[in-house]
Amino acid sequence: MVRTARLSGLQRDVLALYRKCLRAARAKPADTRPNFEAFARREFEKNIDRDKKDFQTIEFLLRKGERQLETYEAPNITNIAG
Amino acid sequence: MALRLASRRFAPQVFRRGMATTIEHTKEPIAATAEATSASRPPIPANKTSTEHEPKKDENSRIKTFNIYRWNPDEPASKPKMQSYTLDLNKTGPMMLDALIRIKNEVDPTLTFRRSCREGICGSCAMNIDGRIPTDTAKDSKIYPLPHTYVVKDLVPDLTQFYKQYKSIKPYLQRDTPSPDGKENLQSKEDRRKLDGLYECILCACCSTSCPSYWWNSEEYLGPAVLMQSYRWIADSRDEKTAQRKDQLNNSMSLYRCHTILNCSRTCPKGLNPALAIAEIKKSMAFA
Repeated sequence: MVRTARLSGLQRDVLALYRKCLRAARAKPADTRPNFEAFARREFEKNIDRDKKDFQTIEFLLRKGERQLETYEAPNITNIAG
Repeated sequence: MALRLASRRFAPQVFRRGMATTIEHTKEPIAATAEATSASRPPIPANKTSTEHEPKKDENSRIKTFNIYRWNPDEPASKPKMQSYTLDLNKTGPMMLDALIRIKNEVDPTLTFRRSCREGICGSCAMNIDGRIPTDTAKDSKIYPLPHTYVVKDLVPDLTQFYKQYKSIKPYLQRDTPSPDGKENLQSKEDRRKLDGLYECILCACCSTSCPSYWWNSEEYLGPAVLMQSYRWIADSRDEKTAQRKDQLNNSMSLYRCHTILNCSRTCPKGLNPALAIAEIKKSMAFA
């Protein structure tokens, strides 16, 4: 059996946001979809070394991420700098 | 005014005169300047000319300290901090906004705050301060963003939720029947008078963010500002959706989280009374 680390609530929120981003990317045109996926990954990797106990910062970044997702998932946005 | 002050601060009188003379020099033929600096005509030594001093510090200056909340979203890991600034009140206008604008223009351009009309009409510059600059220079003034809001940067709060709630009460005239003359929806003077004290609201969010009940339930409780606007449309004689509007508020959260704390009426910068408007809604619901 594979042992997976037990995630905190905040970590699960982060993963949930990432999943939402990838789902939103699926609604985009097929030829530009990789750009959206790469953008989402880059945004998350920017903060990959955040201390997991730094709750306030992570919560702020989560809110910021939600706002960005809301903006970029609008159907009139069809491409993003890959 | 502030810009002129700014230029005076960075380029004092003496220095500016110096710049002016160099400009005059450049207007003269180049030969003349070369002659003035050439070794054949040595300049008069410094000890034989008068000395120009930098302007003396004004003894009457009233230096006041401002402690301002700072937070930069570009460094999300950094904690918010209080930054002190000092200003001479003799060179500053009477409003706190004058002081903030002077700090931004002359001291620290990275300071961020919303402002637009600077006369209490647009509601952009709502923040947590003690009003007109208290001229007591011994005491520091503290300036924070609106309480219990997410901070975008420095003194700029995130009011997205507030605007969403405002949108949810449909703040516009709703009618099914066309107007009698096909042009305007007329109203008697008495009916118009009912809207006095309601329509003046500038949606600065001071009242909502000062309400403890709104702090704890901002997701569901609409807050005094939005409720007062809701009442503004309920009380409007021309609106025909009054019943639906009241229906929308008839639950335990939207309206009845108001526990008449009255912080809203005390804090309103326009002197309006949101608590009274909320009480009127409650009354009209109770006796409907």
